[in-house]
Amino acid sequence: MSVLFDEPGPKAVRRIRVATVLGTLAVVALAVLAVRQFAANGQLDAARWQPYATWPMWRYLLDGLWSTFLAAVVSAALAMAFGLLLALGRLSPRAWVRGPAAAYVEVVRTIPALLLVYVVLFALPRYGLDLPLFWKLVVPLTVSNAAAYAEIFRAGINSIERGQMEAGLAIGLTRFRAMLLVVLPQAARRVLPSLVSQSVGLLKDTSLGFVVSYGELLYSGKVLAAYNGLLIQTYLVVALIYLVVNMSLSKLARVLEARQSVTLRRRTAGA
Amino acid sequence: MSVLLDHLPELWQGLIVTIQLTAASFAGAAVLGVVVCALRVSPVRVLRAIGTAYVEAFQNLPLLVLLVLAFFGLPEIGLQAGILTTAIIVIAVYEAAYVAEALRSGVNAVSKGQGEAARAIGLTFGQSLRYVILPQALRTVVQPLGNIFIATTMNTALAAAVGVVDLTAAANRVNLVEAQPIPIFVGAGAAYALIAALAGFVTGRLERRLVILR
Repeated sequence: MSVLFDEPGPKAVRRIRVATVLGTLAVVALAVLAVRQFAANGQLDAARWQPYATWPMWRYLLDGLWSTFLAAVVSAALAMAFGLLLALGRLSPRAWVRGPAAAYVEVVRTIPALLLVYVVLFALPRYGLDLPLFWKLVVPLTVSNAAAYAEIFRAGINSIERGQMEAGLAIGLTRFRAMLLVVLPQAARRVLPSLVSQSVGLLKDTSLGFVVSYGELLYSGKVLAAYNGLLIQTYLVVALIYLVVNMSLSKLARVLEARQSVTLRRRTAGA
Repeated sequence: MSVLLDHLPELWQGLIVTIQLTAASFAGAAVLGVVVCALRVSPVRVLRAIGTAYVEAFQNLPLLVLLVLAFFGLPEIGLQAGILTTAIIVIAVYEAAYVAEALRSGVNAVSKGQGEAARAIGLTFGQSLRYVILPQALRTVVQPLGNIFIATTMNTALAAAVGVVDLTAAANRVNLVEAQPIPIFVGAGAAYALIAALAGFVTGRLERRLVILR
């Protein structure tokens, strides 16, 4: 039972029943309204949905999904590596390393990814740097997500007990090696769920390919819709694909989190 | 630098649109978020399911997909509003899922005795949520809500991709005319950073004033 309510009595049971009926009715009414709106505008005709029951359409969209994955994986890998460096920089004892790393994270965290995309699209070519389409999407995503990953790593490293680093130093490791061999492996494991949910955010950000004209899922949908004129159908199918993929990834983050709290509990119980 | 001054009217207009988008959609998200949060913690299973479905759907769909769907898809079934209104509604609906989750973590942080005391004096579920739980939950989540506000500011930039002329779009237009990307984009970025810094300052003050020490 939640903190907010007890086992219902007879009166509460009646109220719950009424609310159940009303809630169900509201959902049904919304669905009916949506279907009527579709039907009234002729968007329910079988001919307008039938294309999405054919393989070539799906193959085209799945190609787009593959490009989405490719962009997401490459920028996640680059952003994580860069983010880790930034986190280590922010925790460095040297001020001339700490300052720039902190400045980067704090500034980039408050700049919209789309603005960075525009910079890469329209500003860099003027200085003779015209990247291929793939990198026009990946570079801004890497730049902006590196700051987010940096904060996750920093929180993870800070959450490791001081004694771990001290023990590393005591057995004669340098600060760098103690960080690399003792602290980081533990920190990485602890922040794994946050890394996965940040990566879901990154995967959502790859939809900026729509602006870049890189053939990821949303842009593929745009091309398809321009070609067959089935606007709402195409975008609904695209949304559905995003939903399924991201929900699976979010689920993975929750499973990882649950597994972790189990291991942590076991460890504390053993100690 | 002079390029910024030359085009100050356009950029200023863009900044105003960004601020309008942010303020209106955050206000909408706050109201809707409270409702969704109430659904998610209610004793009625159907309502809980609706709340969960809402949060899951809108946290897992990219905002740009929702904007594209609303701007290019919905007119096909006869649903169309002004572009600014459409953008505000879509961003509000999207951010409401995040507000609801932040509030829910606040509700879970309210100590158990508070809910029990509320029921003991005979308040119904709705009353105890409204007068006892939510006021305390809100105070514990000032910082997360501030972060959502900053995220909302940055997300409003996506409206530029579907034709709203906000600060990002204005900067881009001025750059296409003047071809001086560095001052223009740095200026726009600085404006966003300023809004975020201001929001951070305000939430910091609010939190110090509202926080409940236990």
